Amino acid sequence: MEQTNIKLPADFETYGEARKAGFLRMKQLKDQGARVVGMFCSFVPTELVYAAGALPVGLCAFTEEPIPAAEANLPRNLCPLIKASYGFALTDTCPYFYFSDFVVGETTCDGKKKMFELLGEIKDTYVMQLPHSRDQAALSFWRDQIIAFKEKLEAFYGITITEDDIRRAIRRKNRERDVMLRYLELGKLNPAPMSGYEMGTRVDAGSFSFDLDQRCDVIEARTAEVLEQWKANKNSLPTDRPRLLVTGCPNAGVREKIIKAVEELGADVVAFDTCNGIREKVEKVDESDPDVYHALAVKYLNINCSVMSPNESRREYIGEMIDSYAVDGVIEIVLQSCHTYDVEAFFIKRFVTQEKGLPYLNIETDYSQADKGQINTRLAAFLETIEK
Amino acid sequence: MTYFAGIDIGSTASKVVVLDGSDMVDHFVLPTGWSSKETAGEIARRLEAGGHPVGADMKVIATGYGRVAVDYAAKTVTEITCHGRGGRYLLGRDCTIVDIGGQDTKVITVENGMPTSFLMNDKCSAGTGKFLEIMANRLGVDLPELFTLAAAGTPLAISSMCTVFAESEVISHIGAGEKREDIAAGVVDSVVSKVAGLCARHTMKGDVLLTGGLCDSAYLVDRLSQKLKLPVLTHPLGRYAGALGAALIARGKAAG
Repeated sequence: MEQTNIKLPADFETYGEARKAGFLRMKQLKDQGARVVGMFCSFVPTELVYAAGALPVGLCAFTEEPIPAAEANLPRNLCPLIKASYGFALTDTCPYFYFSDFVVGETTCDGKKKMFELLGEIKDTYVMQLPHSRDQAALSFWRDQIIAFKEKLEAFYGITITEDDIRRAIRRKNRERDVMLRYLELGKLNPAPMSGYEMGTRVDAGSFSFDLDQRCDVIEARTAEVLEQWKANKNSLPTDRPRLLVTGCPNAGVREKIIKAVEELGADVVAFDTCNGIREKVEKVDESDPDVYHALAVKYLNINCSVMSPNESRREYIGEMIDSYAVDGVIEIVLQSCHTYDVEAFFIKRFVTQEKGLPYLNIETDYSQADKGQINTRLAAFLETIEK
Repeated sequence: MTYFAGIDIGSTASKVVVLDGSDMVDHFVLPTGWSSKETAGEIARRLEAGGHPVGADMKVIATGYGRVAVDYAAKTVTEITCHGRGGRYLLGRDCTIVDIGGQDTKVITVENGMPTSFLMNDKCSAGTGKFLEIMANRLGVDLPELFTLAAAGTPLAISSMCTVFAESEVISHIGAGEKREDIAAGVVDSVVSKVAGLCARHTMKGDVLLTGGLCDSAYLVDRLSQKLKLPVLTHPLGRYAGALGAALIARGKAAG
C-alpha cells in the first residue's frame, strides 16, 4: 500500500490546536463574568445550560499525558477516556475544567459513574442519573432528572429558568444539529469531498468556539465551500478509494492513529456513527411538544450509545448509513475496557458482515502510540480485502 | 525472462520466494537479525548469487513487519493478504489460514481465491512463536527439542494470559521439580489454546491450513487440530506462504 498525505485546507486547525486556541477565548469570557458548565458527554441536555445563560464546554479527555497521574487513584484497566478525564482534573491541566463553575456528569457507563465520585473531591460535580432503557418508566425518570438539573442550575446561579428560555435554547440547538448534520452529510457525496479526518476534527473543534450561532455560521460556510469545490472538481477526484463508516467509542483520542492513518493508506472515511457523528444530530428536540422537559427527555434518551440496553436502533442507523453513504466497509473503534461497546460489537459485526455483507474491522486500542504499527498493518490489510 | 520475488521480512525469520512465469525457481530463509535493512541487503546478494538479481527483470513485492526496509521493492503488501494468497495457492482451494508468526498470530479467511476477513491477536506475544521461543529458552532447549519433550509429556496448566507472567509460572513449575516434558507440553498447550481462542472469535470456513515456521512441528499441528476439533493441514512450504503470496501478487500485477 502506498502512503499519501491527506489534503487539508490551509486554515485547518487540529483538534489540539483548536483546543489551545479556545483557552484564551474562555479566559476572556470568564473575565467578563460568563457562566461556564463543564461536561464530558452528549447525554447532557445543553439546552438547559444555554437557557441558564451559561456556556457548555466539553472537558479535556483525549490525550494520554495525564493518564499516569490518574492511574495513581484509578485502576489501570479502565477506559483511557475516563482516565484522561480524571487525570486532567487531578493534574489541573485542563483550563476548561479550571474555568468551569461546576461539572455535570451522567451515569452512562460504570467507569464514568464511579469516576465522577472521585472527581467530586476536586470540583463541584453534579451527576444526572441516566436510565439505561427507553420504556415509559425510564422516560418519566429521565424527565425528572432533567428537571432536577434545571433546578441545580437555578440554585447554583440564583436564577429562574422559564420554559420560554428553554424553548429558545431548543430552537438554537436544533439549528446547530441541522447545520452539523448537513456538514456531516457531505460524506454522502461520491467521490468523497473531503477527508473524514477533517470532518470529525471540525465537528469536535467547533465546541471550542463558544458562541453557538457563530459556530453554526462557520460550519455552514465551510459546508457551502466544500460543496462548491466538489462540484467544480468532482470529475478529477479519485473514485477507487474505499468508502468507510467509523462506528464505536469517541475517537478524538485515536483520530490520528486510526482515521488519519486509514485515509493515508488510501480510503475515505465518509460516515461516522459516533458521538461526534450523526448520532446526536439526526433526532431533534420536538419543538411542538407542549411539555419541554418531555421533549428533551425523549430526544436525549434516544441517543443510541451502547450504554443503552437493548440498543437495536444503533444497528438500524448503521444500516441506513451504509446504504445512504454507499459504504464499502465498517471500522469499529473500541477503547480498551469500554465494556458496553466491546460487548455490543458482537451484534455490530454480525449485522455488518451478515446482513449488509460488508467487511468489518474491530480495533481495540487506547491513547498510547505502542500499537501504531500493528494498527497500520491491520488497516492496510483491511483495505486490501476491499480494494475496488 | 522476468522473475517475481516475494520477500517476507518477519520478526524472527525472513523468507524469499522467486517465481518465473510458471514455476518457483528459488526459495530460501534467513534469520532477520537486528536490522531489517541489512537483512534486505543480504537478500539482494543471495538473489544475485542465485542468478536472479534485483533489477529491471525482477519484480519485487515485500511483506512482513519489516516490509518497508526492502527499498528495492516495487510495492509493499501486508502479511495478511500475502499469507492468504500464498496459503490458498499451496492448498489449491479456499480455506481458513492460521499463521502463527514470531510476534503475532492471524486467522485469515480466503474466499474465491482472495482473503476476505481476518483476525489478529492483540498487542501481546502469548499465542505466538515468540512465546514458545522464550519458554524453550527458559527450559534450556531449542524449538524442535521443545516439541520432542512436549510429545512425551502430559500438559501442566500454564494459565497466565501474559508471556511475562507465564514465564513466572514455568519457573515455579521448574522450582517445584515438575518433569521437563510436562512443562514443555504445558507450554505448547498454552500457545495452542490461545490460537484456538482466536479462531473461536472468527468464522472458520473450509479446511484449516497452518502456515508460518511452526507448521513443521507435527506435534503442534496435532494439538491444534485437537483443540479446534478440525483437521489442520500443512504444506512443506508452509513457512514460505507469505513470501509466496507476495511473489504471486507481483506476478499477477505484471500480468494484469
